[in-house]
Amino acid sequence: MTTAVQPFAGTYHADPVHSSFGFGVLYSGTGKFRGTLDDVSATLTAGDDGVVLAGAARVESISIREPEMFRAHVLGGEFFDAENHPEVKFRSTKVDLAEDGTARVEGELTIAGTTRSVAAAGTWREPVDAAGGGLRAGLELATVIDRRDFGFDWQMELPSGGEALAYDVTLEIDLQLVQREEG
Amino acid sequence: MRVLAISGSLRRDSHNTRLLRAAAEMLPPGVELVRFDGLPDVPPYDEDLDGDLAPAGVQALREAIEDADALLISTPEYNASIPGVLKNAIDWASRPFPDNALRDKPVAVVGASTGLFGAVWAQAELRKALRHTGAHVLDDELPVGTADHAFTPGGKLLDPELNRRLADLLDQLTREVRAPLELAS
Repeated sequence: MTTAVQPFAGTYHADPVHSSFGFGVLYSGTGKFRGTLDDVSATLTAGDDGVVLAGAARVESISIREPEMFRAHVLGGEFFDAENHPEVKFRSTKVDLAEDGTARVEGELTIAGTTRSVAAAGTWREPVDAAGGGLRAGLELATVIDRRDFGFDWQMELPSGGEALAYDVTLEIDLQLVQREEG
Repeated sequence: MRVLAISGSLRRDSHNTRLLRAAAEMLPPGVELVRFDGLPDVPPYDEDLDGDLAPAGVQALREAIEDADALLISTPEYNASIPGVLKNAIDWASRPFPDNALRDKPVAVVGASTGLFGAVWAQAELRKALRHTGAHVLDDELPVGTADHAFTPGGKLLDPELNRRLADLLDQLTREVRAPLELAS
């Protein structure tokens, strides 16, 4: 049995240089396509009601830059619909940080305007004095979502049978959380 | 043994032409790969032109196929299918049916695309059309996806698994040519 701990106080911001938001999806039944959303903002706020993790990522910052048709397809109506839904958002409803370094986060994930409850598991590292001042902590989370839950229904049957693109999508979030000294 | 290589893309820096060049470096001993670059000279199929004296571009295509022991065709994917220029060439080469240059000719199909799936649907379409002509088409495919990043600066395939599959496919193709000889001996 693990013991819950709460070493955070105040607000921590994700350091954009050392944080990442990645996804992976199996295609053609064999290969895993990986990408990232690079423009990510996230905060972890610790108060009397516990810890709340909230974040947003700009869909336009997706790592698929070219070919143009590929990017247009992914940002278009069959997937992210970036014009109408420029951000992916998350807000936690429950954050459990265990003494053994494991973490479990539940919350509401919004993609392409659809919000679903998700749970993610991973690890955390407690705040330590950072080289440049302030405190720095780490939180790594992963989960698997079914893209159809968010309206990403696109599919093609491969000539040899089977699905071109898997429905399960792995999400991997690696946050470096920084609290600057006041003043 | 001579393998005729046809790229379905006419573009100078075509990924499919590059894939054929990569294949040329991997051939078993005693096999040469000869590229056919005359697709732009093949006119749109017209039965009125398909008489005893076919247009020069068509004659060149048919003779190149006849002179080859096997074919290796690399196709991009346009609108979930093969480029019109490639289908047009197959239509010409399939005539006169059934005693055409493609009949019983061993053919391997590969393909590259800048998307994820490596022209896999175009390859299936191409195999279907080729089988219809009477060619002896290998079942295997070689989908080279995200082709912008699939090759080394020296023109080799980066992915070891794709390299292995291409080598296997070329081996199969040459065995299909040699099989009748081995059976006869």
